[in-house]
Amino acid sequence: MQNHLLNLVERSSMKETVPAFEIGDTVDVHVRILEGEKERIQIFNGVVIARSGSGTREMFVVRRIVAGEGVERKFPLHSPRIADIQVKRSGKVRRAKLYYLRERSGKAVRLKERQPAKLTAEAAKAAKAAKREVRKSAKQAKAAAKAARAEASAASE
Amino acid sequence: MRVGLLGRKVGMTQVYQEDGTAVPVTVLECGPCTVLQVRTPERDGYSALQLGFADKKRARANQAERGHARKVDAEPKRFIREIRQDGPVEGIGAGQTLTVEVFQGIAAVDVTGTSKGRGYAGVIKRHGFRGLRASHGVKRMHRHPGSSGPSADPARTRKGIRKPGHYGHERVTVRNLAVVRVDPSNNLLVVRGAVPGPNGGFLMVRQTNKV
Repeated sequence: MQNHLLNLVERSSMKETVPAFEIGDTVDVHVRILEGEKERIQIFNGVVIARSGSGTREMFVVRRIVAGEGVERKFPLHSPRIADIQVKRSGKVRRAKLYYLRERSGKAVRLKERQPAKLTAEAAKAAKAAKREVRKSAKQAKAAAKAARAEASAASE
Repeated sequence: MRVGLLGRKVGMTQVYQEDGTAVPVTVLECGPCTVLQVRTPERDGYSALQLGFADKKRARANQAERGHARKVDAEPKRFIREIRQDGPVEGIGAGQTLTVEVFQGIAAVDVTGTSKGRGYAGVIKRHGFRGLRASHGVKRMHRHPGSSGPSADPARTRKGIRKPGHYGHERVTVRNLAVVRVDPSNNLLVVRGAVPGPNGGFLMVRQTNKV
């Protein structure tokens, strides 16, 4: 649908790399705030409950509970005022929009943590090998320590 | 000289300024335009530049159009308009090509085009009437205009009463749109705000005459 000339213009005001985060993630959004002359960074922490739009108009909604009251802020993803987005925790969710969290309170708001993505076969093999290596070296160290202890006891006798 | 070009509406989007403000913009594909003719006071009674934009197949053009384009060694054009000038134009002659670079350093432009056609529209859409109430005894007259004037005296409807009728598809000029960006490599002009017509519609863009 989108015209390539339109994309050319949009790309110029888009961030080159957008921090990777997903729906359900708990994030810290670093927002640049101008106070008179000074600029400082304010952090808004909460759960990403929606992402919408495309191109320069992409927005995301972050929800958090402040003093028992739900607070939602909608941020433009490509705005220069958004300095950084850091993922603190990944949530396991089955929906693109988590509006159902609005009806929940207390413990029910919590989301199950998402496990890191399944490894590819090769990566899994490498991880296994590394683990074995670690175990091996630990065994060796243990044996060496035992030998040293035995030697020490023999020497004292 | 009043700078002007012909072009086409690409579409709307938004761009961010450095301070984070989002600016709603329209992207226009402007030029390159061929100067087909220079109107002079001696011959034509007024000064203007006649520009042509977007080539047309020769087979689709009639003999008159082909001959007119041949005079300046160009292809027949799909969209031809004149940019009226206050005085005689210097430094630009027939056959020359103008690109979007002419807008470099210009702060604001006027954009003229043909608005989207709405067909036969009622008074609410066409004139912004409020219509009648939704309830309290209103009977199937919710979007009607109401009265169109007094009764026995003058016993006729006064001229100029706003009525339903054809709406849109007319020449509209939007004045004083700020130029956000000029991109000569892609022939793009980015202006703040909306311009008339659908995406892909032909437009005339002129340096603003608003002070």
